[in-house]
Amino acid sequence: MNLSGEFIAFFVLSVMAIGGAVFMINMQRVMHMALALAFTFFSIAGIYLLLNAPFLAVIQVLIYTGAISILMLFGIMLTKHRYEEKSAVARWQGVIGFIGVACFLGVLMWTIYRTPLLSGQGNPKDFGIHQLGAAVFKEYAIPFEVASILLLVALVGAVILAKREENECS
Amino acid sequence: MQLTSYLALSAILFSIGLYGVLTKRNAVIVLFCIELMLNAANLNFVAFSKFGLFPGLTGQVFTLFTITIAAAEAAVGIAILIALYRNVQSAEADRYDSMKG
Repeated sequence: MNLSGEFIAFFVLSVMAIGGAVFMINMQRVMHMALALAFTFFSIAGIYLLLNAPFLAVIQVLIYTGAISILMLFGIMLTKHRYEEKSAVARWQGVIGFIGVACFLGVLMWTIYRTPLLSGQGNPKDFGIHQLGAAVFKEYAIPFEVASILLLVALVGAVILAKREENECS
Repeated sequence: MQLTSYLALSAILFSIGLYGVLTKRNAVIVLFCIELMLNAANLNFVAFSKFGLFPGLTGQVFTLFTITIAAAEAAVGIAILIALYRNVQSAEADRYDSMKG
């Protein structure tokens, strides 16, 4: 394994991402869990930068570590709960879940490392923001419009769902 | 190889998210873990868009749309959660059992 700069950056960023996720699993307080997961999202943005996707990295920071984390923090604050999270649902459920997920991860890793993946490598000049914009607004114009309609519907739906009903218990 | 390490990272993140969904009680954290799983899938898209057999921008465009859908999903999820919280007075996923026979 040659120690190129890209490999070192990938190693550090992936350790940060996995570390944040593992901290999220092990933290006791709900607020700390949300912050640890925001850290994970931030390091995934760094990995996007490594993969020649600078626009996606910025979007990841804006949407995930900005918007979604703050939304979840509001969700945590608006719902009253015991400050400390009770550990797992039940002990045997946690153990069974862990075993199942470990088997799943084992099968996945085995498949990934056994499959002969044919891989090329793209020219970094083809991954610029100009090309991305042209692709989104020319080739994928209709999905873009559909996504905008979906965002509008989700916005209206979220407002209607979260609005306090006028005549409760009627 | 380069591609396999990215795929392995995304598999690990997906498994951690799955474990969180299966074992956490707080519904907000469950939603957050779903976001982590979506992120792992996005990582696969971007990795294949650079190191795949046919490198191109399609993976990045798909990731863009996935992030859009994930944002909408988080907003609607939190709204449903708050509506549920108003009825049940609890944010724990195993208390939402009013449809249980």
